[in-house]
Amino acid sequence: MAFEKIAQMIADKIDCDVTEIKPDTQFEDLSIDSLDITEIAMDIEDEFGIEFEADPSMKTVADLVAAVEKKVG
Amino acid sequence: MNFRIIGTGSYVPDNIVTNDDLAKIVETSDEWISKRVGIKQRHISVNDTTLDMGHKAAVKAMEDAGVTADEIDLIVAATISADAASPSLACMIENRIGADCMSFDVSAACAGFLFALETAIGYIERKRAKKVLVVCSDRMSKLLDWTDRSTCVIFGDGAAGVVLEACEDGFYDSVIHTKGGDDVINIPMHDGISPFYKVEEKKPFLFMNGQATFKFAVNSITHDVKELFDKTGLAAEDIAVVIPHQANKRIIDFAQPKTGIDREKWYINIEEFGNVSGASIPIALDEMNKKGLLTRGQKILFTAFGGGLSSGAVIVEW
Repeated sequence: MAFEKIAQMIADKIDCDVTEIKPDTQFEDLSIDSLDITEIAMDIEDEFGIEFEADPSMKTVADLVAAVEKKVG
Repeated sequence: MNFRIIGTGSYVPDNIVTNDDLAKIVETSDEWISKRVGIKQRHISVNDTTLDMGHKAAVKAMEDAGVTADEIDLIVAATISADAASPSLACMIENRIGADCMSFDVSAACAGFLFALETAIGYIERKRAKKVLVVCSDRMSKLLDWTDRSTCVIFGDGAAGVVLEACEDGFYDSVIHTKGGDDVINIPMHDGISPFYKVEEKKPFLFMNGQATFKFAVNSITHDVKELFDKTGLAAEDIAVVIPHQANKRIIDFAQPKTGIDREKWYINIEEFGNVSGASIPIALDEMNKKGLLTRGQKILFTAFGGGLSSGAVIVEW
């Protein structure tokens, strides 16, 4: 569930088709930089109603989704 | 009691440093800097001190206002790169322009202009001052580690000033916030050469946690503007112009939709000047004034955030 929402957020951010975003997609492959990830993290806070910090070690969409799911519980 | 801004002036050094120039010093590129922060060039001092720049901006603001030095009751300077710990920048501007008044500095980094206005309105409301000179001057180039590509590409040098005049009509209201946060933005000073002091010295250069700063900046703009609207009863449609602190174009791009204020109202000149700390907003204000883009009676919203951490939003009637 979190994956679908987050994939859509990423797709909206970089203006691509959501089907291009898979769990193992690397941010680097989407030309997403650290500030993009910070922006997505802030969108996640609004969407999920949580406090969320983007960890610079996150490389893939699955890393981000796992961190969000851990926060949401 | 309110004030009206009756004159503006700004000064930036002639020396322009482009992104391509920086690419010769550190590993970076015009494409990277343009995409990440929206800056194409910055003015970097060769011969101007912080006082030189502040003095030149002050003189221009007074000329624009048609005010002479003997009319100035108070000078408030905002800086984080004063040439001396003492005397203050404001005292030395007073000396150079030949005024005889009360002068002091405030320190609020990139939000310095708003803190200076907030200080000035206090003196105006207490009827201690009728004409106030506010000057922001920063030689950010002296605070930077020029081997750190993540920070040295962001900032520029410059100064700007405004002359405020007390008036019965007009409009001024504000929200100002601070919370200590040297883990987000920090510029340590030299520790000196005391033979007795044993604390390990930090590098006396600007440190910034980019992601934390970005988040603080966006949240500050969003919350401060909303709080100020709630406080004043004003709404987005009442605002003619927004001049945000020119820190990073992406901060502005991300925060603007959250404020509900139309994009075309936001004035952005970061491409030409970079982040000039507290001088960013008054430089932009002066640019708009000199281009004839402002109309008396319009409400202008300033929003700023930076080291401290400090932030604020101000609405003034032009």
